[in-house]
Amino acid sequence: MGLDFQPLVLSFKLACVTTIILLLIGIPLAYWLSFSQRRYKYILETLVSMPLVLPPTVLGFYLLILLGPRSFLGGILESWFDVRMVFSFAGLVVGSVIFSLPFMVNPIKAGFQSLPVYLTEAALTLGKSRQETLLKVLLPNIKPSLWTGIVMSFAHTLGEFGVVLMIGGNIPGQTRVASIAIYSEVEALNYSAANFYSLILVAVSFSILLTFYLLNKRTLKVF
Amino acid sequence: MIRIHLKKQILTSDGPLLLDVHFEFAGGTFVSLFGESGSGKTTILRMIAGLTEPLEGFIQVEDEIWLDSFKKINLPPHKRKVGFVFQDYSLFPHMTVWENLEFALSSPRDRGMIEELLDIMHLQELEQRKPESLSGGQRQRVALARAVLRRPKIFLLDEPLAALDTSSRLKLQDEILKIYERFGTTILLVSHDLSEVFKLSRQVFVLERGKISKSGKPAEIFAHDHISGKFKFVGQVLEIFKEGVVNILTIQIGNNLTKVVATDEEIRDIKVGDKIIVAAKAFNPLILKYEGS
Repeated sequence: MGLDFQPLVLSFKLACVTTIILLLIGIPLAYWLSFSQRRYKYILETLVSMPLVLPPTVLGFYLLILLGPRSFLGGILESWFDVRMVFSFAGLVVGSVIFSLPFMVNPIKAGFQSLPVYLTEAALTLGKSRQETLLKVLLPNIKPSLWTGIVMSFAHTLGEFGVVLMIGGNIPGQTRVASIAIYSEVEALNYSAANFYSLILVAVSFSILLTFYLLNKRTLKVF
Repeated sequence: MIRIHLKKQILTSDGPLLLDVHFEFAGGTFVSLFGESGSGKTTILRMIAGLTEPLEGFIQVEDEIWLDSFKKINLPPHKRKVGFVFQDYSLFPHMTVWENLEFALSSPRDRGMIEELLDIMHLQELEQRKPESLSGGQRQRVALARAVLRRPKIFLLDEPLAALDTSSRLKLQDEILKIYERFGTTILLVSHDLSEVFKLSRQVFVLERGKISKSGKPAEIFAHDHISGKFKFVGQVLEIFKEGVVNILTIQIGNNLTKVVATDEEIRDIKVGDKIIVAAKAFNPLILKYEGS
């Protein structure tokens, strides 16, 4: 039996792309949630955390409805940009970003909220704009939170199953990530292949988390 | 000229208070805003810096208008050239002393000023240290140097010495004066410490019940009510000890402990923990130079 590495490669690619996008969205979103005085931020805060409690299938189901070629949004994407969201890698990325959002946003938000106000105020009175204060003062002081967000989002995306299955299906090379491959190998009673994928996922997730905790212990000491 | 008019509702320990202050002073003056803690002094400084928004107000610093609520002018904090020194240490923990100072520069051409300030403030040795390894006095010196590097139109000092011990306090008072004389800047100091206000400032505004109640030179303001030729201190009784026919009271006055002899008659109503006045009449105090640190 030839071992197929494609699902593993796809899983890592998905996790990398998702984490990068999440970092770009997560930092401004967490910043806004931490410092905004607006009432409706609580609604957004709730929405961000919804994937923590919802079954992944619910999210996958609505994404399928929302992004399907016959839906309004899916129709526009397909006819204007020639992008098909369902049963494609692009769709997987959208699903994973939404599904892992709380794993990126919540640690960064907690990081921002733990910082003393004087850091921001001192930087502002020294003539720095809000953006410069964020980049040069706030972010460097919440490095452990940023790492937590990155590692958790990455690891969580690796282990994703429900959303991926709903929106991506099981197309080899496109949407057949490792977790899906395990499922279909087991269905085909092909236990050795399932075991191969599973072992690698276990080993990789374990190493990522272990490295993270070891590093974090050191960074936290510096503070 | 610096003109300030600010109105703001604040919460004090005695309930809500309407802060409504008008004051103005000439540029280049060392001015103090004196008042009890909780009287709204810090709020006034924060409003000048743009960190707190007033109900309404007007702030003019030299030829710039920073705030005019009628004309809807309200510069954000980073557009107001202030040198704010906070009461608590406000250094950036992830930067060294040098990096903290460099952060305040608006143009890299001013880098030579860092060297000069490190020299004036005796900070050269600490250049590469992180704030966490500095003492309270050293941190406030760095914070002060950092504020200078901003090249502010006005320094706002929010009780910058309140958290320091006496010797660092005296030393830093001298540093502040040195900066004032060297750079000829406008300084607005907030303090509830009479000796500090007296020593440092040329002009005092007294804040009472949300209004500026008095203003003038420190000697004029404090001459009548606070400074007197008599020795009179308020202290707290820590111990009453009977020895023979007299009683010996241990009293805490400020940070000093002192023992005083008293008759039974005098201490009839006094018990441990009471606040008392210790006064002396008609004697010549000895004045000696203080050599300790």
